[in-house]
Amino acid sequence: MRRPNLAKCAVPAVVMSGGTCLFVIVAPDDTPMYDAEFPEARGKQREDTLHLNQLTVVHAALDMIDELVWGTQAMHLKQVDRFNDYLVSGFVTAGHVRFMLLHEAKNEDSIKSFFNDVYELYIRLLMNPFFTVGSKMPNSFDQRIRQLAKRYFG
Amino acid sequence: QLRHLPPTDYSGRLRTSDSLLMSTRKAFGSLDRKRNEVVSQSAFAFLFSELIQYSQTRVNTADELIAKLEDAGVGIGQRTLEIACWRDRTSKRETRMRGILQFITQTLWKSLFGAAADNLQRSVDLEDEYLIVEKDPLVNAFISSAPVNCAAFVAGIIRGVLEASRFPAQVTAHDNEEGATVYLIKFDPEVLQREKRQS
Repeated sequence: MRRPNLAKCAVPAVVMSGGTCLFVIVAPDDTPMYDAEFPEARGKQREDTLHLNQLTVVHAALDMIDELVWGTQAMHLKQVDRFNDYLVSGFVTAGHVRFMLLHEAKNEDSIKSFFNDVYELYIRLLMNPFFTVGSKMPNSFDQRIRQLAKRYFG
Repeated sequence: QLRHLPPTDYSGRLRTSDSLLMSTRKAFGSLDRKRNEVVSQSAFAFLFSELIQYSQTRVNTADELIAKLEDAGVGIGQRTLEIACWRDRTSKRETRMRGILQFITQTLWKSLFGAAADNLQRSVDLEDEYLIVEKDPLVNAFISSAPVNCAAFVAGIIRGVLEASRFPAQVTAHDNEEGATVYLIKFDPEVLQREKRQS
């Protein structure tokens, strides 16, 4: 898949208020499973920023991850892509579920711990036989992820 | 003596100074396997026999029964892949055919059945086919007679692991001359193409 050259896009630059991160979980078939912005954006602003971010940056980063995934056995892919001031960090689980974080500040250790804890939460969720990849994420999962984000990213 | 769990507010707010995950672990149990934590074989055999009988009433042919048993195993394969990798604590994934097959015959088999698989062979003529030989499948231990080899369930587990780790394959269970069960794994062409690019 050819990556769009984002520098030449007419789309305005990623619209995110300073200091926020966007966290996305993508299923193995490339459908989004979960997304969250930390700290939580409110109302209409939320849909706009998420829409823009997901379309442009996160999907382009998915292509980068696909290339990296077969070259290394690591789950932590660290920084996979960059877009202007924003960095995308990635993590791939054994079952090829991808966690991606769109953020500004370089913060490798916190992000690594955050991804590890999210991995544990995700496995807990996956162990439920009634949960399959593609079903709706429960609210408790969302709450726990936000708690983790608050702890690691303030 | 009653065991008291630490108070956890189900809205997610912590009431103790423990970390979020510590309290989750205490309330819901650690994801790590406790020592000697096993499921009773009779309990499994009973449940498995019920699964087979349940499936038998809902199919018309032997092939459909095999398909149903395999499908029952796929979800298990996806889940045991993730949790076995997590428990390994190395944060590593398998990216080569050899690696994922070793993972299945060693780590996965020990986790599910208590011992590594008996044998892993590569088919002589075809480079996309591998065989796992199991002399006495644990799942068949208490099955005296059945219209099909119920190790199809295990074939489904293997397929679940392979599909989830992006090594799509067809996996089928067969009896061989010596009475052992052989799991035949035939990888999809894309796996071989990728493997060639990697070497």
